[in-house]
Amino acid sequence: MAVSALFGASIRRREDPRLITGQATYTDDMRLPGMTHACIVRSPHAHARITRIDADAARRHPGVVAVFTGKDLAGKINPIPTAWLVPNADLKTPPHPALAVDRVRYVGDGVAVVVAEDPYTARDAAALVKVDYEPLPAIVNQEQAVGAGAPQLHTEAPNNVAFTWKLAGGDTAAAFAEAERDGVVVRQRFVNQRLIPNAMETRSVVAKYTSSSGELTVWYTTQNPHIARFLMSVVTGIPEHKIRVVAPEVGGGFGSKIPFYADEAIVAFCARATGRPVKWTEDRRENYLATIHGRDHITDLEIAARRDGTLLGVRGKTWANLGAYLSTAAPGVPTILHGLILTGCYTIPNLTYEVVGVFTNTTPVDAYRGAGRPEATYLIERMVDLVAGRLGLEPAEIRRKNFIGADQFPYTTVEGLSYDSGNYVPALDKALELIDYKRLREAQQQGPKDGRYLGIGLSTYVEICGLGPSAVAGAVGFQGGLWESATVRLHPTGKATVFTGASPHGQGEETTFAQLVADELGLPIDDIEVVHGDTGAISMGWGTYGSRSTVVGGAAIVLAARRVRDKATKIAAHMLEVAEGDLTFAQGRFSVRGSPDRAKTIQEVTLQAYLAWSLPAGVEPSLEASAYYDPTNFTFPFGTHAAVVKVDADTGQVELRRYVAVDDCGRVINPLIVDGQVHGGVVQGVAQALHEAAVYSPEGQLLTGSMADYAVPRARMFPRFVTGRTETPSPHNPIGVKGVGETGTIASTPAVVNAVMDALRSFGITHIDMPLTPERIWTAIHSQKRHEKASEVKAR
Amino acid sequence: MKRAISVTVNGTKHSHEVEPRLLLVHFIREVLGLTGTHVGCDTSNCGACTIMMNGRAIKACTLLAVQADGAQLQTVEGLATNGDLHPIQQGFWEEHGLQCGFCTPGMMMAALELLRRHPDPSEAQIREGLEGNLCRCTGYQHIVNAIQNAAGKLRGRPSPAPQAQPVR
Repeated sequence: MAVSALFGASIRRREDPRLITGQATYTDDMRLPGMTHACIVRSPHAHARITRIDADAARRHPGVVAVFTGKDLAGKINPIPTAWLVPNADLKTPPHPALAVDRVRYVGDGVAVVVAEDPYTARDAAALVKVDYEPLPAIVNQEQAVGAGAPQLHTEAPNNVAFTWKLAGGDTAAAFAEAERDGVVVRQRFVNQRLIPNAMETRSVVAKYTSSSGELTVWYTTQNPHIARFLMSVVTGIPEHKIRVVAPEVGGGFGSKIPFYADEAIVAFCARATGRPVKWTEDRRENYLATIHGRDHITDLEIAARRDGTLLGVRGKTWANLGAYLSTAAPGVPTILHGLILTGCYTIPNLTYEVVGVFTNTTPVDAYRGAGRPEATYLIERMVDLVAGRLGLEPAEIRRKNFIGADQFPYTTVEGLSYDSGNYVPALDKALELIDYKRLREAQQQGPKDGRYLGIGLSTYVEICGLGPSAVAGAVGFQGGLWESATVRLHPTGKATVFTGASPHGQGEETTFAQLVADELGLPIDDIEVVHGDTGAISMGWGTYGSRSTVVGGAAIVLAARRVRDKATKIAAHMLEVAEGDLTFAQGRFSVRGSPDRAKTIQEVTLQAYLAWSLPAGVEPSLEASAYYDPTNFTFPFGTHAAVVKVDADTGQVELRRYVAVDDCGRVINPLIVDGQVHGGVVQGVAQALHEAAVYSPEGQLLTGSMADYAVPRARMFPRFVTGRTETPSPHNPIGVKGVGETGTIASTPAVVNAVMDALRSFGITHIDMPLTPERIWTAIHSQKRHEKASEVKAR
Repeated sequence: MKRAISVTVNGTKHSHEVEPRLLLVHFIREVLGLTGTHVGCDTSNCGACTIMMNGRAIKACTLLAVQADGAQLQTVEGLATNGDLHPIQQGFWEEHGLQCGFCTPGMMMAALELLRRHPDPSEAQIREGLEGNLCRCTGYQHIVNAIQNAAGKLRGRPSPAPQAQPVR
């Protein structure tokens, strides 16, 4: 591995100048000649039959170009597919029409689209589209949805069951028998509430169709433009080579811009049908209804342990709410990305788990930052604390006792994964030291101060990152590969353009990828440009999600750069009239061993590669190389997060006082960027613990339907975070990195909930479902007090 | 139906006829083509559209363009002078105060207002001062650092390195 100048350096981000000056171009900033604007008419009912649509008034409205309904699209736009066909789960894939034809299944389901000369007119005319609905009973709770007599969404999915996925390893029955006999079994119901991703930029699409060539160009807010092109081709029937998808500046995604939505296909249809470019941009309320939600699990879990705290087995069942239709990756999130990490960083040899995916009359649920892994980490980390509480063990020590040992890697889990590397104890110790754990426990002994109860919570996590080996993707039903492409092209003047199939949208990879190439080729970083997010420029790519871009895309870039260097070495040897083995390469110079004055710079070599006046035999002109890196395994970052809270017993208010995140994401390319990823993730995870929840009325109306109603966290809700790191490189990744995009979200939710439960221990409270709002905490404290009073009376 | 308005944006005067219902942010983006000011919500919660109007930070999604008739406006495009980044822009760049960048223009304009009121703000004052602005990427800590950095630059000396508070 190259000893380098920039690997590990906190350099300023190269994408920032355009972003801080207002020069960046997000999709909604685009304006094309003759461009029109679309507004999608959405169902106000959670479940209804459409009996009639009268669009005449809308069509007659001045400035309206066209109005289309589901009937107009039928036969021209194929149903929106799901791309994760989880096997052995009896998966049902009912059709999802881009615009509803005769039935709507959630508030926000599209029923018509208006295309007009300007966005205000489009909205005016959308209000004139008259839709007659015959409301049907709706169901929003997944556990009730599978029960007898529940309203049915799809005839293809009896009892609203989309799939039943089972996972088993070891001898769970024996483990629980042992614990029942001679240990402890803890049972708890957990709710991982529904969340709304809330990327600050809502979704937006600009589509342009050129009828003479049959070419469709779509600029839009996607995390994965090549998957979008592939699915756009499947849905519209336009051949893939005639489609170009561009992700311009993308304002955050957190998973919500992975899916291929009906709206993209609708806008493409409109562009083709009207012969005019069409722009559609969600407003925020529409985003809350029409962009995917995350989480929404109800889980019954039990865990078996010996009296000394040794964890023996886990058994449970989860009902995962999938919403009204299967979004692109929806079936894989609560199964593969969730169940396979359920035993976390512990040696738990026995597991039986079942996940039932359920259709309900709600917005479709798909990957939201962490995607399945936060839910799993929450379950196991809460459970470990509950076991510790039951057995009177110290939360840090029960974890230490059950950790997979540093000498056990690669470690095969009961779920069947092979954790690549890990060393969990140092991360735990570092977190305990940074949070000043011992002193906090002592302070806690002194009891509450002014009615405020101190709580300390830990979360020791491991996660699946760097998605992933394509063979595994195939085995688990993901309808794509998970390798990544890279091309490193040197230009005649010695400058470089790097093309990546990753599609970053805030993660800073224009900087980190340039750092990698600068090191490999000895180029000044300002001589390197990173290009991403354009199917017209990049041959293929699988996009940015699952903490995979640096792990898989970065590795591909390094491999391509090394191929460039290998070819440059051949040409340099030829120029210097020495054997390749006589050359050394450092700081961008090929020097002859023993006579360092005889040297050629990479720029000189590059020029000769293009002039091609004298190349060695068998070497072709030009200097560029591509690599397609398919990882041999996932990566498994890990760490310990620790939270300190104070809970006011009179008001139920939680104050997050201190937060420590110790993460091990392997080697770190840019520490400043890694810190930023951790901070952002932690805030999202803390917000699940304390603030956020998407709430539906029983009739299927989204009650938290705007930013005024949904608690997106603000700056004043957080203390200054302390980050720390240990470094355990991934042994199979060419650059030793593991990924860090989701760690904060995965680790922080249970750390904070554990802290609050720790604070409430003296009230006899062991669990409250998230979000831990003042109302819920106050109610728990006071119902516990009532309960105790009642018991006292009885005892008398 | 349309009304004539005249506004000065980043030092340049613009006169247009607009629909009375046109939001100021749409006027700035669609009519003037200054797309650095963003729209992140429809309820005045996110602050992505924050600009300066007559020297005070306002949310441009909450005013009609006609209400800005005669006003002096400053948007993100007007922060740098003669190609030199404003200290707030420098602070955001140096401290990694942005990730996807979508909230950033509004965040920087809010910072401009904050530093006008508190030239030497405490961390708590910064966090309070950002109450009207949402960021989903950064977790706010690097934004706080960026504003402290900018405050130091504007006062002519660097701010001390921030420290986490011990818990008692």
